Amino acid sequence: MRDVAVIGVGLTKFGELWDLSFRQIMMEAGARAIEDAEIDGKQIDAMYVGNMSSGQFIRQEHISSIVADHAGLVPVPSTRVEGACASGGLALRQAVIAVASGIHDIVVAAGIEKMTDVLTGQATGALATAADQEWEVFVGATFPGLYALMARRHMYEFGTTEQQMAMVAVKNHHNARFNTCAQYQTEITVENVLKSPLVTSPIKLLDCSPITDGAACVILAPAEKARKFTDIPILVAGTGQASDTISLHSRSSLTSLRATIEATRTAYKMAGVKPDDIDLVEVHDCFTIAEIIAIEDLGFCKKGEGGKVTEQGETAIGGRIPVNTSGGLKGKGHPVGATGIAQAVEIVQQLRGEAGKRQVDGAEVGLTHNVGGSGGTAVVHVLRRSD
Amino acid sequence: MAVPRFWREIPNRYNLVGARCGNCNKVLFPPRYICPYCRRMGKLEPYRLKRRGKVLSYTVVHIAANGFEDQAPYLLAIIELEDGPRLTAQITDCNPDEIKIGDEVEMIFRRMGEESQDGVIYYGFKARRI
Amino acid sequence: MDVGIVGYGVYIPWYRIRVEEIAKVWGDDPENIKRGLLVEEKSVPGPDEDTATIAVEAARNAVKQAGIDPQGIGAIYVGSESHPYAVKPTATIVAEAIEATPDLTAADYEFACKAGTAGIQTCMGAVEAGMIKYGMAIGSDTAQGAPGDPLEYTAAAGGCAFIVGKNGSETLATIEDTYSYTTDTPDFWRRDMRPYPKHGGRFTGKPAYFKHVLSAANGLLRKLQLTPQDFAYVVFHQPNGKFPMHAAEELGFSKEQVVPGLLAPKIGNTYSGSAMMGLAAVLDQAKPGERILMVSYGSGAGSDAFSIVVRDTIEKKRNATPKVLDYVNRKVNIDYAAYVKFRRLLVK
Repeated sequence: MRDVAVIGVGLTKFGELWDLSFRQIMMEAGARAIEDAEIDGKQIDAMYVGNMSSGQFIRQEHISSIVADHAGLVPVPSTRVEGACASGGLALRQAVIAVASGIHDIVVAAGIEKMTDVLTGQATGALATAADQEWEVFVGATFPGLYALMARRHMYEFGTTEQQMAMVAVKNHHNARFNTCAQYQTEITVENVLKSPLVTSPIKLLDCSPITDGAACVILAPAEKARKFTDIPILVAGTGQASDTISLHSRSSLTSLRATIEATRTAYKMAGVKPDDIDLVEVHDCFTIAEIIAIEDLGFCKKGEGGKVTEQGETAIGGRIPVNTSGGLKGKGHPVGATGIAQAVEIVQQLRGEAGKRQVDGAEVGLTHNVGGSGGTAVVHVLRRSD
Repeated sequence: MAVPRFWREIPNRYNLVGARCGNCNKVLFPPRYICPYCRRMGKLEPYRLKRRGKVLSYTVVHIAANGFEDQAPYLLAIIELEDGPRLTAQITDCNPDEIKIGDEVEMIFRRMGEESQDGVIYYGFKARRI
Repeated sequence: MDVGIVGYGVYIPWYRIRVEEIAKVWGDDPENIKRGLLVEEKSVPGPDEDTATIAVEAARNAVKQAGIDPQGIGAIYVGSESHPYAVKPTATIVAEAIEATPDLTAADYEFACKAGTAGIQTCMGAVEAGMIKYGMAIGSDTAQGAPGDPLEYTAAAGGCAFIVGKNGSETLATIEDTYSYTTDTPDFWRRDMRPYPKHGGRFTGKPAYFKHVLSAANGLLRKLQLTPQDFAYVVFHQPNGKFPMHAAEELGFSKEQVVPGLLAPKIGNTYSGSAMMGLAAVLDQAKPGERILMVSYGSGAGSDAFSIVVRDTIEKKRNATPKVLDYVNRKVNIDYAAYVKFRRLLVK
């Protein structure tokens, strides 16, 4: 198995991109990554495209062909990868495996979601298909509702407060202000969050990540060849993926994602790192409670203390373990299929020292954590600066 | 949900028919077709669960799921049934301010939604506080 | 006849709306209405309830109280004028939900407010003929009254299920006999595709309700050679609180005989379930050996009268399930806005 490095990254602006189509957004992210890697498109051997639901959002399946076609790269093998909101992270993992195996050399891992070509109600309905249609959605569950059930139980078991959840949103909006690609560029306060409309108690509107258009792209190469393309190759030191039951109710814990714990264990082992070795993380904060649960499951604090460490500022830039320096799903936006790739883009930029005002000083090891559904899928990557 | 998809789950939705594994004796609901504990060694048989349980967590849904708009705000909960399995269900006939984790509930028969105004009506289970 | 009641069960929704709430909307004087109809409030189905769900709750209570294997039920008839489907039976939904399928016959009945008691008679015939072991008859409705129509004050929701079987140790009461009185009297109707019923106003009284109820009652008394003094209780269909009181008086029953089964003042007119639920309320408190007269009324028009004698078994069975008064007292009041939302009256 070969070591794998990231040689280029590209990201579009995240937000409501009314004047851009699925195809335009994808091409923009791809072009930026190719420029960043300083390669010719014809050098690409394969591509993996993470996308949750083009069928529901733009009534178009078979987007793997569209992406290769519009990139002018046919007949390169192109594969769509789907795992709900973890589609991007899974595409990255498939690309890593393809390079590591020796089958391909230069491989694109992309992610895209065009969500605003349907009305909000249709978009939330499409997202809800990541939950169990038969036994969750049929009885009236919504996606925020499932996370609200986790939040309520977390509050009950550990005394986590609505204020602490709000602080996740405040921090991530703050970080997003230093990211020109982020959907939100405004600071918010705890009071803003607490007074925002109730979506599904205790989750309020500002506890939720938004509906976003966007695409992201990373280009991988075998580590031994990476220096030909970049001065600072970023090694994919560890990759881990795990599944769990589709329904939240079938899990033994409502306050922990077993898929996260298992995927993290695998990724840490492969990379030979412990939580203490990680300098910054991008976690899947689709709702504020999700970030609190994630930092616990990733091992950055004890179970139940995610709210407390957030309140103490340990997850802010400059804190013990900066979380979601990009703004996260909450501040940067959450084009579901693109999110897992966009997380890797942020970590690469941070490890290269290119993150500008949100730079974490001296960052050498970073982690991405991408979740599908309410936790039925999780994928974790450990990235390391290797110069 | 298309008619055949709803229809084939009527025993499960109306009467909480799940499965019991003759090998490990675990009760499974929602229905499964392979025992996740015993896999090939499992011997699944239909099993009707008792209609009692307790609330493990709940939320008051204000932004309703598609098709549930007329019921908003509604209580959604995870219920642990006496037989062991957990399920997601609405809690009906209840003032949302009064619900607590640990409350005892019974599973009852209610109208869940409809295919469309001239489509079939879906019935299924909801929970009611005892 | 050698048939009786093996078990019964009722269900009344949680919600109520007071006469004052409705009167406020239409500028009526609530005291006049309450005095005129002898109704204080009525039950309202929740947004997730309909005739089928109400029938299922009542039926499950009946099966539990009867203590029988539901597979022994050979016939289910659901009487209602508010079946959720115009075409597609409610009875199959109930049969499935009480696990009585597939070895049975089932059908929906419609005869305004007496479709449920028509079901009881059908079950009696089938049991007596040896066609079935047990038959279940349900009266269940989510009654519609047009906004602003006097019916709006009383059109309520509820259901009652009776399981009929051969007389024996299982039966908690014997159905001594039944007698029906039927004519073509259009006092109340709803045309196809129309959302609300129409009625003949005061014509619904003397030539309709009273003529049929009194004739059926007198017919049965004559047939059995009984007088009002032979009965501990009398129950009538209850379109309001006043009509049954008048009917009792006309027939020579005392107030004490009619009040225990009189539910309309607290829950309104539950239509197909109305007389049956009154009977259930009486059975909830009656002593073995006591005789009950029940007379239903369905507009259009007809009345079914039943003479029922309570048996010892009732003491063993009736505490297994919630009583009628438990449901009457388990309630929450809503305002007219919530009522309009629950009844799906908002045009969207």
